[in-house]
Amino acid sequence: MVSFAGGRRRRSVKTDLVVIGGGPAGMAAALAAYEKGVTDILILERDQELGGILNQCIHNGFGLHTFKEELTGPEYAARYIERVKEKKIPHLLNTMVVDIQGGAPYHVTAMNKEQGMFQIEAKAVILAMGCRERSRGALSIPGYRPAGIYSAGTAQRYVNIEGRMPGREIVVLGSGDIGLIMARRMTLQGARVKLVAEIMPYSGGLKRNIVQCLDDFGIPLKLSHTVTEIHGKDRVEGVTVSKVDENLKPIPGSEEYVACDTLLLSCGLIPENELSQGAGARMDDVTQGPVVNARLETTVRGIFACGNVLHVHDLVDNVSKESAEAGAFAADYILHGEQEWGEAVRPKIPAKSKCAPPADRDAESQLICIGCPVGCLITAKKGEDGSLLITGNTCKKGEEYARNEMTAPVRTVTSIIRLASGNGKVVPVKTETEIPKEKIGECMKVIKAASAFAPIAVGDVMIADVAGTGVNIVATANIDC
Amino acid sequence: MYDVIIIGAGVSGCAIARELSRYKMKTMVLEKALDVCEGTSKANSGIAHAGYDAKPGTLKAKLNVEGSRRMKALSEELDFPYKQNGSLVLCFDEKDRSKLEELKKRGECNGVPDIRILNREEVLSLESGAGEQVVSALYAPTGAIVCPFGLTIALAENAAVNGVEFQFGTKVKVIRKAAEGYLIETNKGSFETKLVINAAGVYADELHNMVSEEKMKLTPRRGEYLLCDKLSKGIPAHTLFQLPTALGKGVLVTATVHGNLLIGPTAEDIEDKEGNETTAEGMELIREKAALSVKELPLRQVITSFAGLRAHGGEDFIIGEVPDAPGFIDVAGIESPGLTCAPAIGAYVADIVKKLLSPAEKENFVAERRGIPSMALASGQERQRLILENPAYANVICRCEMVTEGEIIDAIRRPVGARTTDGIKRRTRAGMGRCQSGFCNPKVVEILARELGVDESEVLKSGEDSWYLLREEGGEDL
Repeated sequence: MVSFAGGRRRRSVKTDLVVIGGGPAGMAAALAAYEKGVTDILILERDQELGGILNQCIHNGFGLHTFKEELTGPEYAARYIERVKEKKIPHLLNTMVVDIQGGAPYHVTAMNKEQGMFQIEAKAVILAMGCRERSRGALSIPGYRPAGIYSAGTAQRYVNIEGRMPGREIVVLGSGDIGLIMARRMTLQGARVKLVAEIMPYSGGLKRNIVQCLDDFGIPLKLSHTVTEIHGKDRVEGVTVSKVDENLKPIPGSEEYVACDTLLLSCGLIPENELSQGAGARMDDVTQGPVVNARLETTVRGIFACGNVLHVHDLVDNVSKESAEAGAFAADYILHGEQEWGEAVRPKIPAKSKCAPPADRDAESQLICIGCPVGCLITAKKGEDGSLLITGNTCKKGEEYARNEMTAPVRTVTSIIRLASGNGKVVPVKTETEIPKEKIGECMKVIKAASAFAPIAVGDVMIADVAGTGVNIVATANIDC
Repeated sequence: MYDVIIIGAGVSGCAIARELSRYKMKTMVLEKALDVCEGTSKANSGIAHAGYDAKPGTLKAKLNVEGSRRMKALSEELDFPYKQNGSLVLCFDEKDRSKLEELKKRGECNGVPDIRILNREEVLSLESGAGEQVVSALYAPTGAIVCPFGLTIALAENAAVNGVEFQFGTKVKVIRKAAEGYLIETNKGSFETKLVINAAGVYADELHNMVSEEKMKLTPRRGEYLLCDKLSKGIPAHTLFQLPTALGKGVLVTATVHGNLLIGPTAEDIEDKEGNETTAEGMELIREKAALSVKELPLRQVITSFAGLRAHGGEDFIIGEVPDAPGFIDVAGIESPGLTCAPAIGAYVADIVKKLLSPAEKENFVAERRGIPSMALASGQERQRLILENPAYANVICRCEMVTEGEIIDAIRRPVGARTTDGIKRRTRAGMGRCQSGFCNPKVVEILARELGVDESEVLKSGEDSWYLLREEGGEDL
């Protein structure tokens, strides 16, 4: 077992396996290696807790494949964190890996406030550092460089972890899932999201998110539109939004000024491979991750990669699955030694969902069915006699969906409650079951007014019977004192 | 009563302040922004030019060669990043060969050491990635790159340590002739001073015109740039210029002292003195032009774009006492190669002040200044030592540039310390990397708020209204 007895003087330790990153990929990989019999593992995590980006993804929709139920990000993370703790797999938090050196054994240099800078000698390494967001600079959006331009993930961290609002009037550029989720999140917290602009003629986000994050709140989605100028010298004052042609070039004359104080960018994710490259791993220009073989081993023997560092995944369930494989392969390598490297295998990247609702759609009566990936556009109209006329569906399920949406739509609400005491600033929460859609506003009012005291465990009731719905607001993360 | 008030804390103002801090005088720098290095000094090519561009006999020519000569020693004395990488002026057409010769002659006339003309093969042996059309080039081995923030901040810190006062957020409204010297009225009160040094960048004409009947007009000349990631392949070792045009030195391609690739600038005369926005046309132009100099530009690796405004006056700098306003010294029209000239401008202006006030030299002048230790650049042993002294040096805040909490706290606490996230960025590089502060912004905002003892909603990016977060009014906002 890794031991840091000896405190800050201890400068080097030995272990079988170092896992870099304690998010969903790192935890799944470590757990799988453990199951395979490699128990001498060290997880290095740069943030203050395990869980990675899931901790700020407080919305639900995770875990349908892995756990056969719908979880929020923190709940999904908590299940893995529990297992890591149960198996007593050592992990260091607030710890940054600086460098990986070697041929096996590898020397991983890392540092943190408690141990200072130290080296870990490891037989194998798993890279699970995740990805970062494409920045405004990378998009080359012309204009000034004021405060108020955030990547969607940065805004998500501010709202969901720090409990702070980064603006009042928002334009979102990019309709990937993070952009859509943040459009809803900012709206729920009281901001006004003016529009979501998407340069492509379709949204890469899930249909469900278009329905539940935009339609529910009347937020327009402008396909084939992009931000062509940022206004405001100190703080964002507005953006110019332009229509683009089929080559994605802005069409002169289509400019529209939209006043706002915040621009959120959700324009793609890039695997974070500075360490991988530093270690000498060959990179794949297509995935922007390292080249790997069928055993998820990089071109540097004994260094494995999984999760978003390898390629950007749509679903965390797929990250967990792939990472468990990487963990098992790494364990195999440690226990049975090197095998022939074999051929490079590019990980299968599932086709992006493409949702293109018509621009002139009336979201009140023209519904996007989220029952299956086809996503029929269903028109539902109330007749004179109050009966529903449903057209456009191609199956029975569609009709059912439209009927429910028109008569008794329900939603799960996820948000945060301020902590009056405890480790952190807020605790993420959700409605234990779905509540009537029309109750969302009232429910948010109650949630915003509440405060909580640690310790808190996943599932603890924070508010009973919210807004007379009979549904409890429960915590979705564990909070220590 | 001040002896000297310098208006403008750009590189010229700070260089002058540092030189004047050698003398027993009461000196103050007034700056309208919240930090030093907020105007022209923050957005330029970061080049210490060798000195072949300026017309022989001009102040520009003299100060350029002098500044270039002083820069290396100054970088050691004040501890800011500087690298003599040599520069090449590329020629793409045999017909232009005479222009290259002319440039060489100018350089020789100006006293630039060791310049020579290289043929295509020689150019390629220095820069294998140089553009296909390159036929020859002027090589100046004394050409160098410098960190414009590092230089300006180092000068300011050293001036402050030696007793110069700095007043930020202070905008000059009126300058009046007083019984002895001048009265400067600002939004933060009035100041009396014997001498005024007008180093106000693109605004220097407005200040000049407050005291002189000989009116001055400066034109903001916008220059846009693109900055690429450090990991980009094919970053040239030398600074690659193209033959100059009427509007300036044209588009250059260079490594920065921190190893990024910088390309630009454009040159466009505009009206707005705050018009430092980038444009789609400008960025397109840079991409096109730069492609001539380098075969494979890593334009997919662009991490940010920015624009700066040069203060264009006439052909030469305007430095000296204003004839009809004794005691009012202009340092105006400091466009390229102003950054290079700064150390020489400091000494030149100090000489003018010395003649007017005859100050005594300080016995206790501190010439040396140490910068913020950089964990990214430190050796293993140095890192170990820094962390032992202060564990905050092990807490990485900016992962792209590996900047730690220790460095950020140092940047805030030192003389003329950072008060904004841009100030932290320019002093430590936190937020300068490939994610452009996506990850570190919340942490930097938190540290700034903690160190300054303010709520996070009061933390600013750079200007007075550049807030990041809404106030928490009893949870109302959230």
